[in-house]
Amino acid sequence: MSHKMTRGKKPLLPQELHPMDQWLRSERMPHIWCAGCGIGPTLYAWVRALDTVGIDKDKVVYVSGIGCCGRGSGYLDVDGFHTTHGRAIPFATGIKLVKPDLCVNVISGDGDIFSIGGNHFIHACRRNVDLLVICTNNFIYGMTGGQLAATTPIGDYSTTTPYGNIEPPFNTPYLADASGAVYVARWTSIHVRLLEKSIAEALRMKGFRYIEVLSPCPVNYGRRNRLREVDDIAKWFWQSSVIRHGADTREVQIEKGKPIILGNFVKREKLSYYGELKKLEEKVKRAAEAKK
Amino acid sequence: MNASGKTLLTQRVKVSRGEIHIIEERCKQCRLCIELCPREVLQESEKVNEKGYHLPEVVEEPEKEKICVSCGICEVACPEYAIWVREKKEMHQGRGIYGKNSSNR
Ligand SMILES: Cc1ncc(C[n+]2csc(CCOP(=O)(O)OP(=O)(O)O)c2C)c(N)n1
Ligand code: SF4
Ligand code: SF4
Ligand code: SF4
Repeated sequence: MSHKMTRGKKPLLPQELHPMDQWLRSERMPHIWCAGCGIGPTLYAWVRALDTVGIDKDKVVYVSGIGCCGRGSGYLDVDGFHTTHGRAIPFATGIKLVKPDLCVNVISGDGDIFSIGGNHFIHACRRNVDLLVICTNNFIYGMTGGQLAATTPIGDYSTTTPYGNIEPPFNTPYLADASGAVYVARWTSIHVRLLEKSIAEALRMKGFRYIEVLSPCPVNYGRRNRLREVDDIAKWFWQSSVIRHGADTREVQIEKGKPIILGNFVKREKLSYYGELKKLEEKVKRAAEAKK
Repeated sequence: MNASGKTLLTQRVKVSRGEIHIIEERCKQCRLCIELCPREVLQESEKVNEKGYHLPEVVEEPEKEKICVSCGICEVACPEYAIWVREKKEMHQGRGIYGKNSSNR
């Protein structure tokens, strides 16, 4: 039942839907994500960017791994692939190589992409596979109940670090940059307008593009780290963030008590994997013909 | 929370008005729409949905400039795709809210 909230409180016409509904499998709503979770706004920003750039919905593929964020591919009304844990990038690589005209996107969690899937990430960067990878970094393993992730800041609490984390986390934009990604950015799910712009910019490019989206997980991260309400995390993201486009990615590590650097950090051109593969195919064909 | 969103421009500009819609059963009472609205148009209501979550409601107080200006922040920030804004046809004279930070969200 929809409802218009004016002082008169007139009911809405039943065909009136949220603008996101044309991209949603609406019958699966409400989704399972907790109150205040940053995954929903991130997906909406991505969808609006697809709309802005004018990408045909039938050409969009959304590949995800396992985790809360991994559920996203089942909620959206685009061709999707909910793959095994950590393997979203290899599945997406396969799709892109076989159907190069598709717009292939990986949207998944930090545990999925940087813990179990870390190797796939760096090698896809290195090869410059034509993919857009968006990682919702909530600093924790959300789905399994709040264990330490490879992105948890030093000192933070999780179910597996009850006395505080001693392991330095990955600085994921630096990892992507050093591994060869052609586009690297970081935003938060509270900076939704700038995130949307950044996604649109990345969608217009080719090659391996990476956007880290800092995302509130009030339930499994916030609750253990004095950020119980989504508003506390929103405040942290909003008040301690500094926008620095083109920043040196070596200097964007996230540390508690220090500014969070956001921005579009890297934009470069590089030979694409698919282009090089096609050239190789031609070379092999010519070699085979010469032998005849 | 709203401090950064309240950056008001001094000159008077034409501002569009918005009409807020909600799909009640989706709301999980996270309060993000309420906290992020730069005009403080929304507040938590007594009304609950079938899961017992308190829904937001509109409190327009034109004299305090608490008028929905159709900026869409609540819509893009809502994790549940529950709330959205439709621009009303008529425009009204008011002070712009499009300060440096408010458009960042
Ligand atoms: C091979 C394998 N190992 C471990 C798991 C358990 N598991 C499920 S989700 C997950 C981590 C998810 O964390 P993240 O990717 O950060 O996603 P979030 O839930 O935080 O969105 C783990 C370890 C699994 N499903 N499969
Ligand atoms: S556990 Fe965290 S990441 Fe998972 S749905 Fe809840 S808030 Fe989102
Ligand atoms: S559209 Fe903007 S002004 Fe209107 S209620 Fe939403 S956040 Fe507030
Ligand atoms: S942001 Fe959405 S889910 Fe949260 S209180 Fe507002 S309408 Fe409800």
